[in-house]
Parts: sequence; structure tokens; C-alpha cells
Amino acid sequence: MALINYSSREINCKIVYYGCGLSGKTTNLQYVYNKINPAVKGKMISLATETDRTLFFDFLPLELGTIRGFRTRFHLYTVPGQVHYNVSRKLILRGVDGVVFVVDSQKERFQENLESWENLRANLSEHGYNREKIPLVIQYNKRDLPNILPVSELNRSLNHQQVPYFESIAIHGMGVFDTLRAISKLILTELSSRK
Amino acid sequence: MSDVSLRVYEEDFRSINLSLAKLLRESRSRAVLLVDRSGELITFQGEIGRLDFIALATLAASDIAATSELARLLGEKEFSAIFHQGSYIHIHLSLIGERIILVVIFDERSSLGLVRLRVKTASEEFLHLFSSVFAKVEAQKLGEEVLLGEDFRRSAEEEIDNLFRD
Repeated sequence: MALINYSSREINCKIVYYGCGLSGKTTNLQYVYNKINPAVKGKMISLATETDRTLFFDFLPLELGTIRGFRTRFHLYTVPGQVHYNVSRKLILRGVDGVVFVVDSQKERFQENLESWENLRANLSEHGYNREKIPLVIQYNKRDLPNILPVSELNRSLNHQQVPYFESIAIHGMGVFDTLRAISKLILTELSSRK
Repeated sequence: MSDVSLRVYEEDFRSINLSLAKLLRESRSRAVLLVDRSGELITFQGEIGRLDFIALATLAASDIAATSELARLLGEKEFSAIFHQGSYIHIHLSLIGERIILVVIFDERSSLGLVRLRVKTASEEFLHLFSSVFAKVEAQKLGEEVLLGEDFRRSAEEEIDNLFRD
């Protein structure tokens, strides 16, 4: 739910990175934070445990600058992936404009990915969103590991909607910006056609 | 409710900022902010050194979100206000209707009692102002005008290609 202030000429959009625990959500944001032009980024906030597991959320504000007179920002959030943090996940999804679903490509994580995918649908629905209509991209992460499922199989199981998907090795940055560009553009398309 | 963008137009923005400035003055606080419940900063008045207001807005919304869940767990509909006391700086958060959070940051020049009193009055004003904002958004949904359009999208995509890359 983008915030559009016609008086101060500002647009803020919210992107949420979602997925099971340790799928690479925080890694995505950390990579963006470390690599992006310093003029674009704000302070990154991470509410995490002592062992660096996301407890509540990560937050990274990005400013594109002034576009057609509007100061345009994308605010990136991650949710905590561990199963017992569902309440927090629900809260962070409030007002979302687009979702990046980060998949851990390892065979042994397949069931957790499926559960997280269903959890996303349920939590979006509680906020009145439809997972099939909201801007969404899928990122198949950890493509460098030996025990991974083929993308074709992951797509068959998860990507019935045929949304854009990207292979990634987030820890090395591969696919991170491709994913971010894609979800940002989907949000813009939605925003610019909205009445 | 969930996919309605919050759109603030000039006349509403001016009124909101005037009310905010009045609250700042009358509560003798350092800064006052209005934040959307999803974590977006709507506007603010006052200043506190080099405080990151965007980060503050996100954390305030998270605080309210977590506290609301606590309230529900305890059988309450909401906790209407939250107060955090520091050694020098304190913060008071309260909900305006369902969607807007009012944040007041104050120090020893004010007091919790004064802030609560002024927030109570100001909340009624903001509730009325934001009701008007939301009513306009609903009315706009029925109109034909596309508000941002293709030119904006194309320009924004160019910036995205330029900035979101290794």
C-alpha cells in the first residue's frame, strides 16, 4: 500500500522479502546495502537475536531520487523465517506493495519452502491481499550448493502463477540486484496503472 | 482496506502540518511525527539533531504492531498508548483511528502529563483530518484518472536500471 504524498511529492513503496528460515532474505538486504551507491541507501536496521537470526525484521530504505517531481523510495524489509515467528511475519506484511519469495534450493529444505509459500498466502490473505495478484517474484537461492533441486522442479511446485523468477547465490550477490530490479518494476507498473 | 494507497493532497497536508505544529508547541516537545501503520513516515515537525526519522517511523510502527498483538493476546482490543522513558529523551506513541500513529518525542522541558493532555486533543483533530483523506481516496478509486502514469513508470525504471546493479 504505497504512500503517495501529493503535497510533499513523495512516494514510498514497501518490498518484503519472505521465505523459510535461513533461505537468504537477510543476506539479500546485506548485499544490497554493501554494494549500492551510498547516496541511495539509508541506515539499515536489523532486529536480530544474538546468533544473527532475524527476530523481528530487517529494514533498508533506498531512495531513487526525484522522478517526475516525486521523491521515490523503496523500503525493503525481511521477515523472520523460523516457523514460530508467524505473528511477526504477519505484522511486517502490513502495507506491502511487493514480495520477493526467497527459496532455499536445497533438497532437504523443500518441505519448509512449501510451508512458507502457503504461509505467505495465508498471511497476505489476512491483510486482504491475494498472493496471485500482488507484485511477486521468486528467487531460487543457494544455487551453488551441491544438493539442490532443479529450477524446473521448484517452479513446478511453487510457481503456478508463473511469476518472474531468478536464480541466485545471495551470499556472493549473484541474482540479488536482478531480483530487486524485477520486483521494483512490477510495483511501478502496478502503481502507474492504479487509479 | 489493505490495497488502498494512502494519498495525501495539498490542502489536507497543510492542515495536518498546522495541527502538528500546534501540538509541538503546546506539548513543549522536541518532535512530533505522524506515521502510517505500515511503517511509512507521513510528516513530522520539530527536530532532534541528526535523528533518522525514517528509521524512527519504521521502529515506531513495529513497536505499535508488537504491542497491539500483546493486547490481543491479553484480551484487549488495543493498548491506546505506549510510553518509553529514557534518561533524557522520552517517547509517547498513540493510535489515531486504525491506521495512523502519532509519535511525540520530548525531554525535561515537558512532562508525560502535558503530552498526554495535548495528544488527547490533537488526536481528535487528526482523526477528523485523516477521515477526510481516506474519504477522498475512496472517492478517487471510482474515478478514471490514472494518477502516476506511464511517464513516471518509464523514468522510474531508468533510475532502477541505473541504481540497482553491481
